[in-house]
Amino acid sequence: MEKDNWKIWEVFIRSKNGLSHKHVGSLHAPDEEMAIKNARDVYTRRSEGVSIWVVPSDQITASSPDEKEPLFTPSDDKVYRHPTFYEIPDEVGHM
Amino acid sequence: MNSKITSLLRWADDALILGQRLAEWCGHGPVLEQDIALTNISLDLIGQARSYYQYAAELEGSDSTEDTFAFHRDVPEFKNHLLVEQPNGHWGVTILRQFFFDTYHFYLLEGLRKSNDATIAAIAEKAIKEVSYHAQYTAEWVIRLGDGTEESKAKMEEALDLMWMWTPELFESDEVDSEAVTQGYGVDPSTLKEAWTQKITQVLGLATLQVPENPWGQTGGRNGNHTEHLGFLLAEMQYLPKSYPDAKW
Repeated sequence: MEKDNWKIWEVFIRSKNGLSHKHVGSLHAPDEEMAIKNARDVYTRRSEGVSIWVVPSDQITASSPDEKEPLFTPSDDKVYRHPTFYEIPDEVGHM
Repeated sequence: MNSKITSLLRWADDALILGQRLAEWCGHGPVLEQDIALTNISLDLIGQARSYYQYAAELEGSDSTEDTFAFHRDVPEFKNHLLVEQPNGHWGVTILRQFFFDTYHFYLLEGLRKSNDATIAAIAEKAIKEVSYHAQYTAEWVIRLGDGTEESKAKMEEALDLMWMWTPELFESDEVDSEAVTQGYGVDPSTLKEAWTQKITQVLGLATLQVPENPWGQTGGRNGNHTEHLGFLLAEMQYLPKSYPDAKW
């Protein structure tokens, strides 16, 4: 069994209904069905989830660290984009 | 010993011995993911064995505990099937042994869920969720290895040659089993054979592997007549409690 044949998969787990899937890590698997099974064994042993997504790692497009400044720095001095200046009525509860 | 205790020990011994076998893979799996998968299955089985042993100890009403059954019995007192004590071999052998057992185990638990003994039914109800996953997992692997590369197919054929002869014993029934059926707490293993054969044939077909035709099988495990491998397994598993009887975690 050549491990080179095994793709890397990114694993996303929904911890409970109503929450979104969160990236939890990656793993090796020969195909998508085994990726789900491996994810179940590696990442949900302690009841961490109710749903699993797996995505081949090479299908993910990532931003480049070189672009960090143009992408992210401009928002640093725009605090007014945070909704912290609003009075939230008590009835709304936790946001 | 009453037949219910004997039945409980048979189910427990299968789970414990196979759990111990699988634990030997811990740290040695072909990749991390497989290592964790097998040890998960191992822990599920050992958990099931504990439930049966605890209930057997309760029925026996003596000083016995689950540990007495696991650690202070010798080879002839273990009642597991010969299949589960066979050495792990390579990954394909372990997977095929597990697939044969999981499939049998699933149908056995389907029967035990309907037990008129509430404790047995509850243990089976919990265990069948675990075992459904085991059976799926190992079937998927049998298909991928059989229908994989030339090398993986050859290794699965070798595994079939090694493991097939231990499967007929799974469906052997004796007076303990008929008592279990009469009293309504257990199942007759011979009634599981048809469903098992159907499932095995289906999966081996998908795996492009031939179902062996040889009907001969070695038996004896449930009467305590074991292969030479069980003694070595017990020696390792029981070493600590036998050498240090008062050892505590």
